[in-house]
Amino acid sequence: MNFESRKYVLVAAVVTISFIFILRLFWIQVVDDKWKASAANMAERKITDYPARGFVYDREGRLLVANTPVYDLMMVPREVKPFDTASFAALIGVPLEDLRQRMTDARKYSLYKPSVIEKQIPASQFSAISVHLHHYPGFYGQSRTLRTYPPRLAAHLLGYLSEVDARKVAQDPYYKPGDVIGVGGLEQYYEEQLRGRRGVRYVLVDVHNNIKGSFKNGIYDTLAIEGKDLYTGIDLDMQRLGEQLMRNKKGSIVALDPKTGEVLCLVTSPSYDPELLVGRVRNTNYGVLQRDSIKPLFDRALQAQYPPGSIFKLVQSLVALDEGVITPNTGFACNKSLVGCHNHPNAATIEQAIQYSCNPYFYNVFDRIVERKLDKKSRFRDAALGLGEWEHRVRSFGLGEKPAIDLPSLKGGNIPGPAYYDRKYGEGRWAFSTIYSVSIGQGEVLTVPMQMANLAAIFANKGWYYDPHVVRAVGEPDSLQGRYRQKHVVEADAKWFDHIQEGMRRVVNEPGGTARRARIEDVTVCGKTGTAENPHGEDHAVFVCFAPMENPRIAMAVYVENSGAGGRWAAPIASLLIEQYLTDTIKRQEVMNELLETDLISKEKFFRKKPKKPRRR
Amino acid sequence: MSARENVAANFDRPLLLMYLALMFMGWANIFSAAYDPEHASILDLDKEYGKQAVWMGISLTLGAGILMIRGHLFRDWAYGIYSAVILLLALVLVVGKEVNGAKAWFGVGSFGIQPAEFAKYATALALTRYLSGLKALIDIQSRVVSAAIILFPVALIMLQPDTGTALVSGAFILVLYREGLSGNILLLGILAAFLSILSLILKESTFHLPFTDRELPGPYFLLGIIVIGAVLAWLVVRNMVLKRLRKRLYAYIVIGVVASAAFIGSVDYAFEKVLAQHQRDRILVMLGQMEDPQGLGYNVKQSQTAIGSGGFSGKGYLDGTLTKFKYVPMQSTDFIFCTVGEEWGFLGTAFVVALFTVLILRIIQISDRQRSKFTRIYAYCVASIFLLHLMINVGMTIGLAPVIGIPLPFFSYGGSSMIGFTLLLGTLARLDAERLSQLR
Repeated sequence: MNFESRKYVLVAAVVTISFIFILRLFWIQVVDDKWKASAANMAERKITDYPARGFVYDREGRLLVANTPVYDLMMVPREVKPFDTASFAALIGVPLEDLRQRMTDARKYSLYKPSVIEKQIPASQFSAISVHLHHYPGFYGQSRTLRTYPPRLAAHLLGYLSEVDARKVAQDPYYKPGDVIGVGGLEQYYEEQLRGRRGVRYVLVDVHNNIKGSFKNGIYDTLAIEGKDLYTGIDLDMQRLGEQLMRNKKGSIVALDPKTGEVLCLVTSPSYDPELLVGRVRNTNYGVLQRDSIKPLFDRALQAQYPPGSIFKLVQSLVALDEGVITPNTGFACNKSLVGCHNHPNAATIEQAIQYSCNPYFYNVFDRIVERKLDKKSRFRDAALGLGEWEHRVRSFGLGEKPAIDLPSLKGGNIPGPAYYDRKYGEGRWAFSTIYSVSIGQGEVLTVPMQMANLAAIFANKGWYYDPHVVRAVGEPDSLQGRYRQKHVVEADAKWFDHIQEGMRRVVNEPGGTARRARIEDVTVCGKTGTAENPHGEDHAVFVCFAPMENPRIAMAVYVENSGAGGRWAAPIASLLIEQYLTDTIKRQEVMNELLETDLISKEKFFRKKPKKPRRR
Repeated sequence: MSARENVAANFDRPLLLMYLALMFMGWANIFSAAYDPEHASILDLDKEYGKQAVWMGISLTLGAGILMIRGHLFRDWAYGIYSAVILLLALVLVVGKEVNGAKAWFGVGSFGIQPAEFAKYATALALTRYLSGLKALIDIQSRVVSAAIILFPVALIMLQPDTGTALVSGAFILVLYREGLSGNILLLGILAAFLSILSLILKESTFHLPFTDRELPGPYFLLGIIVIGAVLAWLVVRNMVLKRLRKRLYAYIVIGVVASAAFIGSVDYAFEKVLAQHQRDRILVMLGQMEDPQGLGYNVKQSQTAIGSGGFSGKGYLDGTLTKFKYVPMQSTDFIFCTVGEEWGFLGTAFVVALFTVLILRIIQISDRQRSKFTRIYAYCVASIFLLHLMINVGMTIGLAPVIGIPLPFFSYGGSSMIGFTLLLGTLARLDAERLSQLR
């Protein structure tokens, strides 16, 4: 049988089907306008919902940081119809040339994706623009918020917002070019909590740019999540007073609540107005601040590393007492041939040694700590053993490593142990005589003001502390941050702290004390002055203190750079802040006025030592 | 080497040319469908077009390899390949990866292999091998065996379940017809399809009986029409046909009416009891019995909108807006034709349809010039498979066929189907190149 003719059935089927398809395609694509009309009616647009960034409150619920609405003018190049650019430029207040340039850039970037034409138009100005916007298809406003700082304080502590850089965009898929991100301070540390989560909506718009509803009932949409508020332990009044007092001085103030570790105020000076780094003026102002010779962007409270000076004698005392190498009644003569000192009676007890801040006394104390005679054959190995034990104990005071505070970019200071000196001099090549300047807090010991404030809290608590932290709760005012509820106990028995506290009381309250200017009526302030040697000029003054002695509620470290001894400027500043915090008023107006009028920065140049000229051979 | 045995000289160049053209156009469209102006790297392996480029490389290598294999080996290996694919189809049911509710994939990293796509190749070879050994497909035994060869993989694919891919095997009916299957069976099939469509269309409607106040349900109305038709036929037979033939024709008429009634009843039963709800809905939407622009008809409406918006000459390459951004579902797989329609317009779609038509006609032409029965039947299989894919895939995007998920050859994203079609064409090219030297 032959079925040869049947092949034409398949050929006929192929030809018929193609013919029908092409006819149908011609109908849909060329003849029938129904499909084109419905396609034109359904352009879709992606709208990004930026959630409002969280607020920041002080300890009494007063605003430190809030938001103010602005609008970004966006353009989708594909949807733009020819229009009068000159009148549009005038409407939005942008020079015509700039507008043309930005539109060209936007087209280059993408025809489909919206580009920003003008950033951060204030709400008042945008309301005038928005009524005309329907004449300009392809343009629309996207609302955003900017930061605002009602008290205009604590710039370093709070940080600021900036556009993300390319590296961060590549690193973290959440960020798109043009997004803002917190830089420095709480804005950076709590970025994720503060920013919330961006939402995306897809909507259909008609040819007149009106939103006609959500795209596919919103199945591709994600809901924006609001940023969380931060509740800090900052006392706004104290912060303000601290910044006033530090005006025209270089330095920093860190005050803590010793019972909780909450930061009460964090002042660094010179500072700047946080409103300078907001919105369209940020880039210009940032450049100005960066070039300023007094370095207002440098956060001294967290990043300036100073030798602790005499304050370190308190730590030395505690280590020595706890190791048992001295007793509270150990006395040493003020032998100025060991190390220089000022004129004062010989110290017969540890309290007197602290009160007089006697250098030779602590030379002897540190000698006993280091040379424990644990290794009788070599004083080098003996020194390494003694210093190793010392390092372990000193580090338990939160020194030598970065404080676990909720702020970015901290320095950790330096506590030189055996490993450090082995690196520096070689193993077995150093002994007590090499490192004795550590005894009085000079030499290789370095601390940042935050650590010194924590040290004050340890003295106040007689041997324990919570990690210092700015934010007590995130989101809900009552939700305390769990990670700051872990108590650290230092390697020194509580009973030795009685002697330290008594010494510190005498520093402020007894004749011959170095910080008599810190006295307050009716409040027992305990303190210790220090001088951080400064090879570049006048020494830096330090004062750490806590009050009241009976039930400490505040612990503080005050640094004033280039001001000589600690008692002159640092002590009165601390006492005023204590008075403000404990009593809510300032009674000693004359002290206040004197401090406000003092300008140490412009005096600085007279004190500055001349730089050494390079010597010729 | 004599000219008869020179494979390279006898190689069909138009076939290769069309193969390469379709493959390249297909890739360009996938690139456009998945195009992201932000990351316009051509070989991004995270993107579909990057993966597709890899699959293209694999396919081209495989195709070149196929061309090296001596033609008689395909015949010798036909049952072996068939068994291997059957084994794979069975295996995928056990260890396969489940995607969209179907256990159809062997996963290798982010690349997947879908053995069902090779089933048509294996079936084509096995069926060809079997049919080429017969004189003609007229006895019962050969029909049963052919049906078994075709339906065994179909059954396994239905178990995944992947109805679309299983349906492709319907193409082999054309081959069976060409090889002698009675045309009456084909005719009966078409009649049955016609009847079932009619009965489904009329299913929900009722008809007012003239001169009474009775309402008649649709299927009964249809039956009534058939009975009237039968009565008319009976009158015609009685008055116009020779007496000795009448008896047989009467029997045909009676059998026809009874069979139709039974068929209408069983269609109704199958529709209500056998099919799942979503399949029922799809059929009703297809038949215009259900209007649901946001739901089931959505795909078809969106795809026609996208194609229609292209107009005569299209919006331009990469400038389609609806096929971007998930406007059309499955835009780079089953609905890739929408991208062609939107960006290249009527000129583009007509060109693609025409190119496929020319390809199929060329394959039929190749089939006709064979002296070897094996090659001739195999070519016919290939032509039928391509025709069915074109018919269903393009048909569904323009609303002329129900939405059945099968790929448009070389256009739809997917490595398995590209390899499958390459195997089909490569084998054909090699067999054809030997057309002068061997008789099989």
